[in-house]
Amino acid sequence: MNIVVCIKQVPDSAEVRINPETNTLIRDGVPTIINPYDMHAIEAGLQIKEMTKGRVTVITMGPPQAELALREAMSMGADDAVLLSDRAFAGADTWATAFTISRAIAKIGADIIICGKQAIDGDTAQVGPEMAEFLDIPHIAYIRKIEDVKPDSIKVQRMMDEGYDIVESSLPVLLTVVKELNQPRLPSLKGKMAAKKAEIKKFTAKELEIDEKDTGLKGSPTQVKNIFAPEARSERKILAGNIEEQINQLAEELKQLKCL
Amino acid sequence: MPIIVDRDKCTGCETCVSVCPFDAIKIKDDGKAFINEYCQMCMACLSACPEGAIIEIKEEGAPVSYQTSDYKGVWVFAEQREGSIAAVSLELLGAGRKLADELKAELSAVLFGASEKDANELIKWGADKVYHSDSPVFEKFNDEPYSRLLVTLIKEHKPAIVLAGATPIGRSFIPRVAASLRTGLTADCTSLGIDTDTGNLLQVRPAFGGNIMATILCPNHRPQIATVRPRVMKKSEYRSEKKGEIIPVKGENLICRTKVTDTVKETFESRVNLQEADIIIAGGRGLGDAKGFNLLFELAEILEGSVAASRAAVDEGWIRYSHQVGQTGKTVCPKIYIACGISGAVQHLVGMQSSDIIIAINKNPEAPIFNVATYGIVGDLFEVVPLLIKKLKEIKS
Repeated sequence: MNIVVCIKQVPDSAEVRINPETNTLIRDGVPTIINPYDMHAIEAGLQIKEMTKGRVTVITMGPPQAELALREAMSMGADDAVLLSDRAFAGADTWATAFTISRAIAKIGADIIICGKQAIDGDTAQVGPEMAEFLDIPHIAYIRKIEDVKPDSIKVQRMMDEGYDIVESSLPVLLTVVKELNQPRLPSLKGKMAAKKAEIKKFTAKELEIDEKDTGLKGSPTQVKNIFAPEARSERKILAGNIEEQINQLAEELKQLKCL
Repeated sequence: MPIIVDRDKCTGCETCVSVCPFDAIKIKDDGKAFINEYCQMCMACLSACPEGAIIEIKEEGAPVSYQTSDYKGVWVFAEQREGSIAAVSLELLGAGRKLADELKAELSAVLFGASEKDANELIKWGADKVYHSDSPVFEKFNDEPYSRLLVTLIKEHKPAIVLAGATPIGRSFIPRVAASLRTGLTADCTSLGIDTDTGNLLQVRPAFGGNIMATILCPNHRPQIATVRPRVMKKSEYRSEKKGEIIPVKGENLICRTKVTDTVKETFESRVNLQEADIIIAGGRGLGDAKGFNLLFELAEILEGSVAASRAAVDEGWIRYSHQVGQTGKTVCPKIYIACGISGAVQHLVGMQSSDIIIAINKNPEAPIFNVATYGIVGDLFEVVPLLIKKLKEIKS
């Protein structure tokens, strides 16, 4: 079973701020991490690998330093790593990103593709399902449990607003996973050593036979017009007196707001 | 480059399969040709296809073979769950009505599943037209039939704008629609407008967990597609006398490689639909243990709210992950958010700071939660919450 896990190196978003003067992101000094949801995707891939005697390939698109994220995934147990790096990929929106990565996945082949439900920098949750469309395979999003993996099918629990669905799919399939799915393992010492030396496959736009017009900024239908800081919270109200008096005022406010 | 199969035109005649020198074309289960990774771009299949269904996406600019001005009107994808229309769909009709009026265009709804009566309701909530398919294939949610039929309808009727709810359903299948149509998709918008100079849709959304906002445009591709966060847009007025047109749509022969074998509602969590809740009562590490949540459920019952939790409480195993609000949980924006024993780590704040009113109850006056709170009570939640419950009960009776 060939399992491909898509990961993204992201700035630790708890530390990202906007410069109010220039309206640009302050990224300097912000540490990068593997997107937290992707950690669960890696763990899911490794578990399926162990069940099926498969092979896990991690893939990412990004600048050359995204190699660090791939090595971290390899230290957890991924067998192969693929880095899609090319100036032509820069500035890609979800369409262009999904198109580019799906080209690479088509090249390496996959029975199961696993992505985190979304990346914490963009929060779009779109690249996974878009890739499934480009690869012409089914996908199931928001998976919280993998119930069964067979050579040609899979059975999972998909999170919905009011509970969950049990969904079956034929293979190949693309899955996007939520945090509840598993607890990502820590890298082993042996894994760390191996990951340091491991070879990472690299693809450029040319090697993927992707035209510049279909990737990066040029291939992106959406454009960012501007970014700005969210509005500061409006009014603050002070509750006075001892706790009981404060609660009485609060209860009155809730009544005014027609909460009762 | 690249070469793609137009799924609408392909008849599955296999002519391309036999002419391909690289064995790179297969007829898939759905009876359509699929070009796999062995393709060497020799173009032999392009001239061989009797239907002209294999096309090369041209190098010149983005592969846009249309005038954006040919696309008119605003569409709302009306989501139904087990036959009832989701609240977000009515909110979208409200937002869509405004956009359509500004563009002097029609507002249409698309409804897959549910009944003609429901389709008629959508008209009273603001739609001029409803494209409705009552095919049983839409009873359960599967991404492929939903996306295929919506793509077909969009290709046929060419709307300028398509809106869908940023729900587990909308956020799962709409990306397939955008990918297939080679157009832009903006996720989880919180505000929409029209650029008066160009008529383009201005799509505002939070990024980096709400730390920044971005305005997104899709200037050269159509339709402009956005998913919109539930509970942000306002419904239009319900007009019982409003008339409109219901256009029945067939939903046959749609490929579907997934199957929903069971739908499980979580009993204790019947009100865990946080994204649509008006009032949320959230608990954190300050609750001390799983039993602490019983107090919050009691308060939730009085206020008819839902119970949420911080990551700390979920990580401790006190409550299920589906209740988690924050960066790695849900993003919510209720009218009232009551945070009990939550210190307010950034990763929690980004999931709830756009709530209308935030009430914080915490022992520590220095807790960052107070920085975003509209009302703050410094005190032990085990003292404050029972008193609040008592007081609210008094008012209620």
